[in-house]
Parts: sequence; C-alpha cells; structure tokens
Amino acid sequence: MPVAGKKQLPDVVELESAIVKSPISGREWDVSGSFSRMLNPRVLTDYTYAGFAKIASLTGGESLQNCYGCGKCVPVCPVDLVGEYGPRKIHRRVQTGLDLFKADELWMCTTCANCLRVCPKQVNMVEVMPAVREAAVAAGDIPEELQVVMEKTFRYGNALGENPRKRHAWTKGAGVPVRVLSGDPGPVDVLFYVEDYWSYHPRGQQAAQAFARLLSHAGVDFAILGAEEKTVGDSQRLAGEKGLFEALMEEVVQVLDKYDFRRIVTPDPHGFNALVKEYPKYGHNYEVLHYTQLLAPLVGNLPLTNRIDAKVTFHDPCYLGRHNGEYDAPRTLINAIPGVELIEMGRCKGNSYCCGGGGGGMWLDGFNANHLTERLSERRVREAAETGADILAVCCPYEVSRFEDAAKSTGNERLKVMDISELLDMAIG
Amino acid sequence: MKIVVAMRQLADLVEELEVNADGTDIDRDFVKFVSNEWDEAALEEALCHKDDGDAEITVVALDEPDVDQTLYTALAKGADRAVKLTGHDPEGWIRTGDRAAILASWLERDDFDLVLTGVQAADDLDGQLAGVLAERLGVRHAAVVVGFHDADSAVQVEQELGGGTVAVSSLELPAVLGIQAARQTPRYASITRIRQAQQTQTIQEVEISAGGSLGGTVRKISPPKKRGGAEMLEGSASEVAERIAELIRSKGLARS
Ligand code: SF4
Ligand code: SF4
Repeated sequence: MPVAGKKQLPDVVELESAIVKSPISGREWDVSGSFSRMLNPRVLTDYTYAGFAKIASLTGGESLQNCYGCGKCVPVCPVDLVGEYGPRKIHRRVQTGLDLFKADELWMCTTCANCLRVCPKQVNMVEVMPAVREAAVAAGDIPEELQVVMEKTFRYGNALGENPRKRHAWTKGAGVPVRVLSGDPGPVDVLFYVEDYWSYHPRGQQAAQAFARLLSHAGVDFAILGAEEKTVGDSQRLAGEKGLFEALMEEVVQVLDKYDFRRIVTPDPHGFNALVKEYPKYGHNYEVLHYTQLLAPLVGNLPLTNRIDAKVTFHDPCYLGRHNGEYDAPRTLINAIPGVELIEMGRCKGNSYCCGGGGGGMWLDGFNANHLTERLSERRVREAAETGADILAVCCPYEVSRFEDAAKSTGNERLKVMDISELLDMAIG
Repeated sequence: MKIVVAMRQLADLVEELEVNADGTDIDRDFVKFVSNEWDEAALEEALCHKDDGDAEITVVALDEPDVDQTLYTALAKGADRAVKLTGHDPEGWIRTGDRAAILASWLERDDFDLVLTGVQAADDLDGQLAGVLAERLGVRHAAVVVGFHDADSAVQVEQELGGGTVAVSSLELPAVLGIQAARQTPRYASITRIRQAQQTQTIQEVEISAGGSLGGTVRKISPPKKRGGAEMLEGSASEVAERIAELIRSKGLARS
C-alpha cells in the first residue's frame, strides 16, 4: 500500500462462468471465477489482442504491447504515487478491455519519461500517449479544460488566450532596454524566445525582467520577437494536437526566417525540447540553448556581490533534465550565488519528480483532481519543504505558479518559490 | 431534413474596442474576429441532429474578416457544405437588417427545411436576425429555442421563457429558429481536422446583390460612461470584516 495514494482494490477480470474442455478426453472442468480459482486451471483466453492492435497501429503507439509486466515503472511513475498509474497498469488495463481512446487515464500521463528511464522493454509513454491522444482528439474526445487551451493557442498563439499584441508588455518593467526585432531588425547574437508564461503570467514576467537585466549585465547582445512571437506549443503536441503544433511551427519558422540571429535562448524547457528535437525532423535546424545553459559559462561576468543566506533546493524540470540531459547548468548558477547552500531533494536529477505540468497536465488540474489524492506539484512541494530549504529554485516557466499555489495549499508558505534568474538578479550588487 | 446554419463574425473582446476616427463605428483595423457563440450553439444543435438521424447541414456566412476559419471549422466538425456570400463590403459594419436581406435573397434560391441561427449576438442584442429573416422569407419563426424534434412536415420546438418556463409548440416547415442553447457544449474540431478541411474541401462563394442598405445612418457611437467602480478594502482580516459588515448594514441588507 503506497504512502500517499488512495489505492483501490484491483478490478477482478475473470469470467464469472467458464468451462474448460479437454480436447483429448472430452472431460470438462468448471473454472468459473471463485475464491479458489487460483488452484484450478486458468482460462488464458479471456483477453484479446484487439486493444493493443488498435494502439500499435498508430505511429508511436507500437511499444505499449512490449510490456512484460516486470513492474519497474510503477514505483517511479509520479502519477502512481498519488493515484493508480504507470505503464504496467495501463498495459494490464488495456489487456483486460479498457478502451484507452475513451478513458480518463489517457490524459493523466505527464510524459515525464521516468518510466522510460527504467523500462527494460523500452515501452515509451512519451510516444504512446500523444499518439493515442491525437486519435482521440481527432474523434472529438478531449477534456473540456484542454479543449479551451487548444482553441486559445490556435487563435492567439498563446495558451493563456492573452492579447498577442501585449506579448512584450513585460519589457516596460525590465529597467533595461529590450530590443524588439520588428522595430529594429539588424543582426543579433541571442534571440530571446520568451514563450507564454514568461510573457504573460505576472510571476513569469518578473522572471523575464530579471533575465533581461542579467543579459544586460553579462553584456549579451540580445533581442526578442515581441508581438510576432507565438508559442512553440510542445505541450499542446504532447497533449494530442500535433496539427496545432505543425500549424504553429509554420508560423514560427516564417518569422524566424526574417531575422539574422546566431542562437535562440529560451527559458521554457518545453519549447526548448521541441526546437532541439522536433524541429530538425521537419528540416528546421537552429542553435538552441536553455537560458541556464547560456548563463552558466557567463556567470563569472556577473557582479554577484549580494549574499543570499539561504538554504535552496532545486527542482529539475523533466524536459530540461530527463528529456535533454541538462542537470549541471542550473546547479552551476545556484552554487555561484554567495551565501546559498544547495540541498538536493531525495528525488533529483534523473529521478526528479514531475511537477505535473508536462504533456498537457498544466491545463488539466480540474480533470485530474477526480483521479488523484493530491496534485503532483503539492507532492513535490512537500518534498522540497522536508529538506528544510527556505527557497525552492526552479527554471521552467510553468513551475513558479504551480509550486506557489501548492506551497499555499499544503501549508508551506514559508517555502519561497523563485526562478533561478530571480535569485541571480537579487544577488547582483 | 435540410438544415441551414447562418453564422456571423464579431469583434473579439480580447482586444479593447475603440471608436474609429469619425465616431461612427468601432475601429476595425486592429480587431480580431470570432464567430458568434450563439451561432456556435446553433451549429452544435444541427450537428447533434445529424448524429441522430439524417440531417444535411449547410453553413452559410457573409464575407467578413476571418470567416473562412469559422466555415472550415464547421466543415471539420461535420457540416456538409459551406457557403460564403459576397457582394458587400466585407470590412464594414453589416447591420442586422442588411444581413437578413442578403441571407434571404440567397435562401430564396436554395432549398431548406430549417434555418438555425444564434438567438442573439453582441451586435444584435435584441435578437432580430432570426425574426426579420423569417419575415423576409415568409416562413414561421421561433426565438430562444433550446431544442427541437422532427415531426413529419412540422417541427416541435422547445422555447425557454422567463422564470424557468419551457414552452413546447409545433411549427410547420420551413421555419427559422433563433437558438439559445444546444443540448451539449460545442464539440471540438482538432486543428489537424480543420487543416485537412482547408486542404480537401472548398467554400462555395455566391455573389448577392441585395440592393441598397435598409438601415438608418449611425451619427455617433461612444463607449458608455464609467460609473461606480470597485473599492479595495485594506487592513487586517478583522478590520476588513468590520468594514464589510458596516457596508452591508448601511445598505439595509441586514438588520441590527
Ligand atoms: S518497466 Fe516496462 S516492461 Fe516493466 S512493467 Fe513497466 S512498461 Fe512493462
Ligand atoms: S511518462 Fe511519467 S507520468 Fe507517464 S506513465 Fe511514465 S512515469 Fe508515469
């Protein structure tokens, strides 16, 4: 019985009445479902392959059927810790007749990839789930909360449904000049791809402003796209809207083609993931860095003279760490701040716990509330608080708002949630 | 049953609306346009009927900004045919009376049993479109419809009257219905399907010359004057509670 989860009794999927007939003697055994059934011969033909066949016919859906039930994936699945989940459980439920295309379970995977890290059979939920979701979405089956976000993204180019012309409104409070390429289109070294939550969410805007100040301190030549920027939409892709992702990509590439820049730098590990891994599949190749990767080698140029005497713990974003192998850059930045003591959580780096925001989870809090004992972000904040840290440092734009809400709802207001860019900005004298 | 759904585009309120330089219209240059949500409900109700039996759905709209997206979305959701009526200024303000005239002159040539449209729209808060259209076509009309059923050459409609009363009546076909709500929230058309519709289906364009405008001329429009506003209460929880209690008492909402 796991600690946090509200575990259910297993569904017993056995035929109520079953007779096995010997092909040789013609003798019949009654093996109907009963308490002593384990002692009798088992009916092994209760299940059909149909469920797997339907999923395996989709590009990306092939690997679910490969599961051989070893169970390694379940204890590392962040969703199972607060509910009933994991590839093995999904595999078993499909085997016993679950129509994954119509099931709520379809939307609960955050595509965090922790199961893939341990699976000996390479059952890849990061591909299986988006493939099945795509088919479900095409049939019109999509949770309402998510549908609204898809429509907003399609219409406005951002998941929040905000006015596209106000995308760079945050620059006003930056305190340093921020060049917008449409007004000043000359060559530039770094194209700062701000993405949705740093553009519009009030806490994200503060991080964007801090980052602009850091770039200016480090002497980096940078510019943004302003109103011409649209989200890359990687989480929308993983939530089943590949068509939307491709439509956005056409527009993003068209805008990028207009300008002369050397590399793209983004704070959003999701956008980063798509630019690094998905765009090349369509022939679009850019040099892309996460903002921590740009700053880590430049940290010596920053006048970090203000001490921050605090214990800090750090949450690895799934799409920076596990998906793209970057664990060091954020830690280099945190350790460069005088006074800071970095304490790691039990689940960190490759085994980092998911905040619940990936793969569409960002927009499914209400939907998932029916299935989980607590939010993944709440589980994670409790873990962060248990380390005794004063500050939970993050470097994904989804996380500040998720964890701040979770800190409040779990009674851990004492724990401050800050983006690494904000911490560095505070440390600058 | 042949169902025509008439849809219209409206200024998207994600942007703040401004009055244009000569004060006779909203400034349409920077505004995005979206389809009217009641028209979306009308489309959804039509699609539900198609799911249930054999309805054939045509969506029709006047040429207006971003209207193609609305029509392709309707095709992706399952409409059979999309028609765009041209021959007017697509960038200007189309008055409800003119809209009804243009739709009527097309509908007179087309074959239909039912016309569905949203009971109202942000630029038609009185809900005139369905009624004027029916009058022009010389057919029956019902407004605030929340459901309807086929009954041979008639249709049984449910109308939402005030105070939670629902009236059920029977209308001979053909008829025009102003739809208040569909039986379910409008379905989702995935972007993949909308893009497929754009590539594989076409919007039929029909030019209508409906003659001069029927409406009067607008001399001046202006945003409503701001009245009142919110007051933020500051202080500790008990101070704020004290202030709220005082306010409730001073408005006579609570005794003692
Ligand atoms: S780790 Fe892989 S093979 Fe093992 S139970 Fe999980 S999905 Fe199946
Ligand atoms: S990707 Fe993450 S959330 Fe999805 S099944 Fe695997 S471990 Fe669980």
